[in-house]
Amino acid sequence: MTFWERIYLPAILGGLWTTLKHFLKTLFGKASTVRYPDEKREFAPVYRGWHVLKRDDQGRENCTACGLCAVACPAEAITMEAAERQKGEENLYREEKYAAVYEINMLRCIFCGLCEEACPKEAIFLTDRLVPSDYVRQNFIFGKELLVEGVEPEKRIDVSKRQKHVTEAR
Amino acid sequence: MPKVTIDGKSIEVEEGTTILNAARQIGGELVPPAMCYYSTLKGSGGKCRTCLVKVTKGSDRDPRPMPKLMASCQTMVMDGMEVASATDESVTNARAAVTEFLLINHPLDCPICDQAGECHLQDLAFEHGKSNTRFEFERRTFEKIDIGPYIKLHMTRCIMCWRCVYTAQQLTPERVHGIIGRGDHAEISTYIEKSVESEFSGNVIDVCPVGALTDRTFRFKSRVWFLNPMDAHRDCPTCSGKAVVWMYGGDIYRVTARKDKYGEVHDFICNTCRFEKKDKNDWIVEGPRAIDQHSVISQNHYDQGSITVV
Repeated sequence: MTFWERIYLPAILGGLWTTLKHFLKTLFGKASTVRYPDEKREFAPVYRGWHVLKRDDQGRENCTACGLCAVACPAEAITMEAAERQKGEENLYREEKYAAVYEINMLRCIFCGLCEEACPKEAIFLTDRLVPSDYVRQNFIFGKELLVEGVEPEKRIDVSKRQKHVTEAR
Repeated sequence: MPKVTIDGKSIEVEEGTTILNAARQIGGELVPPAMCYYSTLKGSGGKCRTCLVKVTKGSDRDPRPMPKLMASCQTMVMDGMEVASATDESVTNARAAVTEFLLINHPLDCPICDQAGECHLQDLAFEHGKSNTRFEFERRTFEKIDIGPYIKLHMTRCIMCWRCVYTAQQLTPERVHGIIGRGDHAEISTYIEKSVESEFSGNVIDVCPVGALTDRTFRFKSRVWFLNPMDAHRDCPTCSGKAVVWMYGGDIYRVTARKDKYGEVHDFICNTCRFEKKDKNDWIVEGPRAIDQHSVISQNHYDQGSITVV
């Protein structure tokens, strides 16, 4: 090492200058972070997060438990059990068969979106909602209560952008 | 023995062999698809017309080509006959047209249907079908009928192949169901919704190429590609006892007869084996059944047996 390298001062000053630059930028310019809970960054239209099981206009579940999402799933995260629709349940399920149990293991899921491409009934979509963290593994197995959207108009989840993207991908 | 050439491949076959069976003896892609012909049922074939082939040379004695496409399951081979099957465009066009005809009244409810994944009409449509329909009229629909405690008849899905009628005629002592009406009004029916009670009636489920006749004990229980098909046998006083048990975990979800690579059953099984023996201890499991690796049934199964090519 040369003399100037051995005293380290130019390197230290160089590092301090980088820190100062960022400090001044934050002080007078635009910050590179956002104030998260109040302010949220816009997601890319192709973002794939927490799945939703859609209902149709009349509030009936679209999913008919055909099993194509589960067979398309490369992580084998999806399991389901089907049941036959009984008389009087026509307002709940669109087809004569429905998913009595539908579970996605969010720890296994790799959010690739193959399930929505495989779905023949436009029932499953990935949304821009983040999957919350938890302490217990069991809580990451999302059942129908966490996946199916609500019947009320305000509880519906808008997937129109994603729908367009999936249709184009086909 | 007559020598026949199909798509450039020659074979010598027995006198009286049909073109379809000669093609099956050669094997490979030139084998015409068949929706109604069933080698173990006498008199079957000639209904669906998916097995059409072009006979470009009638025989050595009369080398003129046959004027129209021929149903290969009904046409006998002649010495020196030359046949174009998968290589000829007129044949593939005709098969596509036949597929379109078969799908005219079909409800396309594959996501619900228990036959999905092992349905011959699905395979045929996948290979020859178009993605849209030109049919603008109302499709004919029927109410679902329970034929006895074990079999569900969903007439809307039926393609009128007659296989189940031949099965009922040839396997059971009395004729219990048949086709009534003609043309567009034709339908499979039992006499005034009488139940089919013969001990071998369950075999109509296996011979049905579509989901018109399905197993009521397996209705909506699972999808075929979630299950592991295993060869199994049991000591049965009425039938051969050789079957395939479809397992998930340690449970048997359904029992079917063993089908060959053309989906045909040679050892028909009885209703006791099929519907009532669903306990693992009833069967001696031999091992995983060999399933074509391109079949959806072998998807996501990693055990060696189920990914062997048949």
